[in-house]
Amino acid sequence: MTLCRGIPGLTGLTLALSFLSACQTRPRADLVICNGAEPQTLDPALVSGQLEGRLCSALYEGLTRRDSRGRPVPGSAERWEVSQDGKTYTFHLRPNLHWSNGDPLTSADFRFSWLRALDPKTASPYSEILFGISGAKEFQSGKSKAESVRIETPDPLTLVVHLDHPTPYFPSLTSFTTYLPVHRATVEKYGDRWTQPETWVGNGTYRLMDWKINDRVSLEKNPRYHTPDRVRLSRIDALAVSRASTAFNLYSSGQADLLLDKGLIPALILPHLRGRPDFHPGPLLATYFYRFNVTRPPFQDVRIRRAFALAIDKESIVEKITRGNEPVAQTLTPRGIPGYRPPEGLPSDPSTAQGLLRMAGYPEGHGFPRVSLLYNKSELNEQIAVEIQAQWKRVLGVEVELRNQEWATYLRSLDDLDFDIARSSWVGDYDDPNTFLDCFVTGRGNNRTGWSDPTYDSLLNRALSEPNLSQRLNLLAEAESILVTQAFPIVPIYHFVGCLMFDPDKWDGLYPNLLDEHPFSEIGRVQK
Amino acid sequence: MKVRLLLLTLGLIVAASLVGPVVSPHTVSEVSTARLAPPSLHHLLGTDLHGRDLLTRLLYGGRISLLVGFVGASVSLFVGVTYGLIAGYWGGRADEAMMRLVDILYALPRIVLVIVLITLFDLKLKTLLDGTFLSSLAPHARLLLLFVGLGLVEWLTLARIVRTQVLSIKERPFVLSARLMGQSTPTILFRQILPQVFPIVLTYLTLALPAVILEESFLSFLGLGVQAPLASWGTLLADGAALLNPIETPWWCTLFPALLLTSTLLILNFLGDQLRQPQK
Amino acid sequence: MISFLLRRLLSSLPVALIVLATCFLLVRLAPGSPFTSERALDPATRQMLESKFGLGGSLPQQLMLYLHNVLQGDLGESLKFRGRTVVEIIQQSLPRSLLLGSISFVLALAVGIPLGAFAAARQGGGTGRWLNGFALLTLSIPTFVLAPVAVLFFSFGIPLFPPAGWGTPSQLVLPALCLALPFVGVCARLTRSGLLETIGTDFVRTARAKGVSEPSLIFLHALRPALLPLVAYAGPLAASILTGSLVIEEIFAVPGVGQFFVSGVINRDVFLVSGVVLIYCLLLLLFNLIADWLAALLDPRIRMET
Repeated sequence: MTLCRGIPGLTGLTLALSFLSACQTRPRADLVICNGAEPQTLDPALVSGQLEGRLCSALYEGLTRRDSRGRPVPGSAERWEVSQDGKTYTFHLRPNLHWSNGDPLTSADFRFSWLRALDPKTASPYSEILFGISGAKEFQSGKSKAESVRIETPDPLTLVVHLDHPTPYFPSLTSFTTYLPVHRATVEKYGDRWTQPETWVGNGTYRLMDWKINDRVSLEKNPRYHTPDRVRLSRIDALAVSRASTAFNLYSSGQADLLLDKGLIPALILPHLRGRPDFHPGPLLATYFYRFNVTRPPFQDVRIRRAFALAIDKESIVEKITRGNEPVAQTLTPRGIPGYRPPEGLPSDPSTAQGLLRMAGYPEGHGFPRVSLLYNKSELNEQIAVEIQAQWKRVLGVEVELRNQEWATYLRSLDDLDFDIARSSWVGDYDDPNTFLDCFVTGRGNNRTGWSDPTYDSLLNRALSEPNLSQRLNLLAEAESILVTQAFPIVPIYHFVGCLMFDPDKWDGLYPNLLDEHPFSEIGRVQK
Repeated sequence: MKVRLLLLTLGLIVAASLVGPVVSPHTVSEVSTARLAPPSLHHLLGTDLHGRDLLTRLLYGGRISLLVGFVGASVSLFVGVTYGLIAGYWGGRADEAMMRLVDILYALPRIVLVIVLITLFDLKLKTLLDGTFLSSLAPHARLLLLFVGLGLVEWLTLARIVRTQVLSIKERPFVLSARLMGQSTPTILFRQILPQVFPIVLTYLTLALPAVILEESFLSFLGLGVQAPLASWGTLLADGAALLNPIETPWWCTLFPALLLTSTLLILNFLGDQLRQPQK
Repeated sequence: MISFLLRRLLSSLPVALIVLATCFLLVRLAPGSPFTSERALDPATRQMLESKFGLGGSLPQQLMLYLHNVLQGDLGESLKFRGRTVVEIIQQSLPRSLLLGSISFVLALAVGIPLGAFAAARQGGGTGRWLNGFALLTLSIPTFVLAPVAVLFFSFGIPLFPPAGWGTPSQLVLPALCLALPFVGVCARLTRSGLLETIGTDFVRTARAKGVSEPSLIFLHALRPALLPLVAYAGPLAASILTGSLVIEEIFAVPGVGQFFVSGVINRDVFLVSGVVLIYCLLLLLFNLIADWLAALLDPRIRMET
């Protein structure tokens, strides 16, 4: 019996103790953000996701940075020049740049960081984005040494970069995560573990104070930033919340001030939010689309791909399922890229679709082989698949099987071309059509359809070396038109919409923009 | 009298699951424009996000859920009880080893078991079934593997419970006397001891049933179970729960699946209670 | 007693190693790579990563290397959360799960056992039936329905508790309740059925004949042996409740260890999964040991030294 009395006492004690240790109550940060899932890394060379990129742009500053409307503005570099042929850029750093530990920051740091991102030993998932630099590709693939990459540092404040082709968007590219600088001594001393709060060093507007897995990343104003007065809030917490309804609940109950990720608002209630002052939608540089596997029947036949593409009623998907006023996609590249006019896509056309299927030998879908639609069940993929499956059945008379795979298996099936039709999406890295169109060049890892067209490849190649900007964009538009009006290895379905949620009476410095860039340093309380 | 009523209701649910989807004016995957329509004369229990008739989907889902529950419970019953009886009765080293095997299986994460099962055998089973008279089952190969996966782990807890009971029961006088009388081990196990542990087995089965049905919905959610647009009670309930939010809630999508699942389980439980009364 | 404990502890080591090895192999056998994402990775980079993390050679080689490291106390690094060791991840998230889980475990037993006992004492009467019905109800409503409904009612309907988050005691209330409730039902059912059995046995009949009052009959005499099935069940229950639950952690944004059992497998983060499975396995062995010891304590007929 003493045992029975002892147990509650003991458990009570343990509970009280663990309670004290697990709940250190912190004062609330100036701004609490729901940033999406747990960041996988804060090492700019290893980042491949948007939510990590967002934190990195607060922790580090590149030669240029993006302002709150997504425009590139000078960052660590105060100015730059480009050579006559458009292939050599000379960046001039601000004087008196410092790392968060007080060390001076020089052009050599940039050279080191870029070479590090290219180094095959780093295994950066995004090293491709540096391939415009002469010699970069050869170094990354192990064919040459780091010295052959043509980045020069004539003095601590000057960085000279030689490119293979004229790249008018190169300065804005240097704001991208993979181009951000890292502190050499720290990286070399601590290896993979340098991004932990105890050892971390950066040069951004904020410094890393705390990082608890699946809980939050705590940021504090970096006093050694070159213009600290520009930074408006002193402490920011970014919560790791992956579930939309949870994030929305946190926001509704006032525990979070800002929802940043497009996936953090439950789709069902989007129509109800549209009129609210705290709901801020805006277009995004991202597209939801379906892939066809063109390497095996029946989708080897372009008529069948075309029939399936034309049979989709994209309007009803946007209206009934995604519900966020998403623009229907007739092209892969979303509208809004400066200077680029995407080709006219093909609107949905059931009768042509039926005709094409008849010509291909399957009138009203008779005798059509068993095919399946591959997706992973997260977000709205399944709902969209169910809807499109029903549309194909209604218009074409074809019964498509749905095939739901868990994440890693799904990716494996994509890579192995083990599917008939598969759902996909692509988020643009920089505001140029190349970020979308390059995926479908023959043999690219992101092609994932088996599709190959020499005309398409050569158009993209020509665009790459074309010095005239508008001529270059015309070539790209021509290539895209092959993709979405003739060959149909993919069907674009809709372009994503970014949705921010915050109270405009309390916060400003946030503007929906195509690249979904919302630098933390520009967010502040509304001055009354 | 009461038992008959319960049996009748249960029979009705089973019969409706079998016949319902066939006679319903709607089909399980038929999409319509009446999205998230509340219950009406045309759609008795309302519709889901795609305008599919919830009643038809519930009845269809009953087939899968009841089957999953039945398979899970039977595996629990046969494997778990036998294993527990033997381990508990033998005792000593054999018991030790058998229980450690249970621990091992228990500690392995089930999802990875099911993922590996499905990826290694899904296609093989499909082709195997295609060639035989069971070819109509081929599209459901994955569901069959899900049964195997669930079966592999569902019996573990019951084995532990039975074994602990047997450890106590085998020291009781009637077992000792049976042993002295020279009764064979199987006779003692199944004639003398089994009736003693049977009530607790029955109780546990009624606990395992909801557990299996819900486990299926979780695996389906990960893409390892029932394939859309087909449904089970678990997936319908999960889909309904995903629609819950503080602004607009289509309550029927959660309430009706929950009601059906809960009442079926309640009936099964009360039947179980009735079943053990006469033994006293 | 001591030799029993010693033997059990000795046999635990191989069990843990077998679990660890099987888990490692299963995750490596599952299709897909831990390094792929929506954006394709070139094969050379993938190979580089694989050899960097010791996943380069043949499967047996990888396993041997891993087990070798584990025996030296190194559980490896997470493949998804780069730059974090598995030990560090467990150190950060396990205490939170232990806290939440121990509250729920105590709740489940503290509510479940009396509930079951009353249901048994009032068996056949209206109260008994209602209590029994309530217990059944709790265990047939899944957490993924219970938790959002609880949030709707107690965070938005009547704003009593925060809907999610971690750090303050009030944020613990809803997740602890939702985690405990299904097990309340299980505990109640097992207690009730165990009691109904023992009430029918000789020694309780004797006690009753001696004029012992009905409540003390149930709580003092019959309850002890009646708890045997519950004790057998509580071992695995404690291990799983203390290592958290994916559903609860996701809905309430609790940064615990439970989600890694699923997300780790989905991401093929083999070292992380194996690490958390090892912790779970050790807890399971520990609690099963305690359960077996308690069973012998409750019912002297069970001999441990057999």
